[in-house]
Amino acid sequence: MSTEATETGVDEIHILWTSEGMSCDGDTVSVTAASLPSIEDVVLQAVPGIPKVHLHNKVLAYETGDDFLAPFHRAAQGDLGAPFIFVVEGSIPNENIHTGDGYWTAMGNDPETGKPKTLNKWIDELAPKAWAVVAIGTCATYGGIHAMAGNPTGCMGLVDYLGDDFRSAGGLPVVNVPGCPVQPDNFMETLLWVLHQAAGLAPTIPLDEQLRPTWLFGKTVHEGCDRAAYYEQADFAYDYNSPKCQVKIGCWGPVVNCNVTKRGWMDGIGGCPNVGGICIGCTMPGFPDKFMPFMDEPPGGSLSSALLSVYGPFVRRMRSITNKSANTEPQWRHPGPKLTTGYQPRYPRV
Amino acid sequence: MAQTQREVSVPTQRELVEVNFDPITRIIGNLGIYTKVDFANNEVVECKSTSSLFRGYSVFMKGKDPRDSHFITSRICGICGDNHAVCSIYAQNMAYGVKPPPLADWIINLGEAAEFMFDHTIFQDNMVFVDFCERMVAETNPGLLRRAETTDAPRGELHGYRTIADIMRAFNPFEGEVYKKALEVSRITREMCCLMEGRHVHPSTLYPGGVGTVATPQVFTDYLSRLMRCLDFIKHAVAMNDDVFDFFYDALPGYEEVGRRRVMLGCWGCFQDPYSVDYRYENMGAWGRDMFVSPGIIVDGDLVTNNLVDINLGMRILLGSSYYDDWANEQTFVTRDPLGNPVDQRHPWNQTTLPAPQGRDLENGNYSWVMSPRWFDPGSQEHLALDTGGGPLARLWATALNGLVDTPYVKATGGAVRITLPATPQTKEMTLQWRPPRFANTLERDRARMYFVAYAAAMALHFVDKGLEEVRGGNTKVFTDFDVPDEGLGVGFHEAVRGVLSHHLVIRDGKIANYHPYPPTPWNASPRDVYGTPGPYEDAVQGQPIFEENGREDFKGIDIMRTVRSFDPCLPCGVHMYLGEGKVLNKIASPTFGAAHPGE
Repeated sequence: MSTEATETGVDEIHILWTSEGMSCDGDTVSVTAASLPSIEDVVLQAVPGIPKVHLHNKVLAYETGDDFLAPFHRAAQGDLGAPFIFVVEGSIPNENIHTGDGYWTAMGNDPETGKPKTLNKWIDELAPKAWAVVAIGTCATYGGIHAMAGNPTGCMGLVDYLGDDFRSAGGLPVVNVPGCPVQPDNFMETLLWVLHQAAGLAPTIPLDEQLRPTWLFGKTVHEGCDRAAYYEQADFAYDYNSPKCQVKIGCWGPVVNCNVTKRGWMDGIGGCPNVGGICIGCTMPGFPDKFMPFMDEPPGGSLSSALLSVYGPFVRRMRSITNKSANTEPQWRHPGPKLTTGYQPRYPRV
Repeated sequence: MAQTQREVSVPTQRELVEVNFDPITRIIGNLGIYTKVDFANNEVVECKSTSSLFRGYSVFMKGKDPRDSHFITSRICGICGDNHAVCSIYAQNMAYGVKPPPLADWIINLGEAAEFMFDHTIFQDNMVFVDFCERMVAETNPGLLRRAETTDAPRGELHGYRTIADIMRAFNPFEGEVYKKALEVSRITREMCCLMEGRHVHPSTLYPGGVGTVATPQVFTDYLSRLMRCLDFIKHAVAMNDDVFDFFYDALPGYEEVGRRRVMLGCWGCFQDPYSVDYRYENMGAWGRDMFVSPGIIVDGDLVTNNLVDINLGMRILLGSSYYDDWANEQTFVTRDPLGNPVDQRHPWNQTTLPAPQGRDLENGNYSWVMSPRWFDPGSQEHLALDTGGGPLARLWATALNGLVDTPYVKATGGAVRITLPATPQTKEMTLQWRPPRFANTLERDRARMYFVAYAAAMALHFVDKGLEEVRGGNTKVFTDFDVPDEGLGVGFHEAVRGVLSHHLVIRDGKIANYHPYPPTPWNASPRDVYGTPGPYEDAVQGQPIFEENGREDFKGIDIMRTVRSFDPCLPCGVHMYLGEGKVLNKIASPTFGAAHPGE
């Protein structure tokens, strides 16, 4: 993605947020945990430069029923009066695999027919009109857990549904913020960039090939994991009692793009392998099938740990010797009658 | 107008108006409520509850490694996923025959206590109380707001608000003090959860056989410090809630009828006692009774059973209005439980999910992706549509009646639950007493919720003491190794935030042969079953009076919304993963218009 500055200068924007995909609403809930910035920081415009935000999210909305849906309908008719960001939570089912009036998921009713209006119809109408389309969570981005092998709904990620060449009205591809659920501050930070961009204050959001913000997903779990030193020394946990590297008991951290080990889960607290929870790859397009069974050692892990077994234990032994020395104070720290630090005193004067 | 309306002609004298609310907001998941209202008589005459989202967990879990269960089932729900993970671990522990070290169970109890504190707080103050906030009351009952302005809050000394209207202002979304403070508290409590379970809401450090949490003194200190920081908020909140609910009873005589239904409550118990539980089915009745929230089924004020084996065997999953084909002629996985008792074909162990997408037919056919769980009462031979009262009402009620829980901070006396919260910088030590109310209704479901936050906080203090006792004694093991058997059977019973939660697992050839999670919302949000019995939302809303001052033109349905939200709906739990059946065995038109309502 290029990073040329944008020309828009939006001062008011709607966020139309649907969680009616194959979803658990966990990403919405997660976002209420964010503090950097918090959701109320954004709604109350406590961050400089962002447009006035009208948030339309089912879990937090004041309105209900038709009142809640009204801005969605207006946006679908191109009649909202201000640009909008379309946030999609949950994977998109395949509604082509059954016939008749059946549906896998719907949000409200179609006013004309009185029948449930499928999420897919909403997406067809809203995505092309949205200034930006943001997929929140691994389900909306890549399909996620509900797109597991054997699933009945044939569900998929937003780009699978809209196509690789999709561009929003603001000229952006789908912005993907994966995670199951999304790490709270990761999403709020991405949203903040998009809002700043809409206000004309930031260049185009930098995304990688999987359309993830590069500064959040450019490193692996392992690169931020404070247990990685155990790995380097080939010092592995063999069950979940151990505080050492968990790669032999199911951790996929070395090959997963995610910043949770580095960032913590909330305000630096919690995480995954850094606190004893194996990485199951929940931010990745291949999740979950390519990581199951979760509690088995990843195939690549046995090879690399075997290679490490040659020098790892040696490095560990040498370090323990140096560590013993580092744990011993220099000899000149004592209460004896003579100064032994090396200083040559000029006293007592003779 | 927050809903669509359509006049319908009915074979009675009453003029009924269809009033529909879809989607219901300020809940989790996808829910529509379709009612028929008699505006002349201020009564909701009929109610149907529908959900329009299906994902199919029990379908795609088949054939997977059983050890993946808790990771997968957590994703059922974005607000109580950790409840599913824990419940799944309980089921796996049974199937694998593994007993985690005691410290692991204390750590899980601490994580779950934090989840209760988080979830009830954010739901009550950021979702439910928007229905009680100044802005909403001004739009729906301006007369009531005027009265609130001049009504002193009886417990003002405790919480600091002078009038009831001052409290209502503090509930205003994004601007009110309580609303904003609750968001902060929901973060502190989630940090507590993360300390024990790694992250929220899908835990990273939970495993069958124990946890991966590193049990240093630090993790308990970090938790305890945060827990203590919540206590002032909780003490204020309980007092404030009592003031608001008492005001409603007082200002709107008859409000106790809103959302009222027969007392038919289920609680599956939670917070294991690690020194009692061995996770063996054969002993489940005994260790179930030792849980720190007692299990129980309560019908009309009586405790029918507190035995988890009886509770298990009575479970029936019915169809009748759901988008599934029936499994009556499908495979039977479990004919007898490990004690030799026969297991019904409609029991979750024997369920097969056969989704059948179809058009919605609210009048005469199927209208929801939710199935209809019922509990077969051997005494009355009835399929009871139990509800959970949103969770807290049933938990407090069952614990009170059992009279078994006895800890330094929480005691069940047989008729009540006594909760003691220690002194904190702004508030003195406080002992709260919760007694079963006269009604199971909207306000009492809501009132119980904040009392249960106090319950969970007080219990967490006990769990910190016990956990630290283990750590200080050098017992820092948190995991016991296990093997997955070729053939196995497990059931987990737990209380999710919203109430009863069970996971039924069958293992064959070392793989998942059948897996059925039953959270609280399928019980609460279920549609009419094959016998025509309405689900609890439907039952509670049907027949309820309307107190809203708005007429038909600008009707917001606030009393209906309050009732539905009092159950704390969570439809990802409720609907989506449930298996179903769908062959239309019986269509129940269930035109209850007058007949089902005494006096019509």
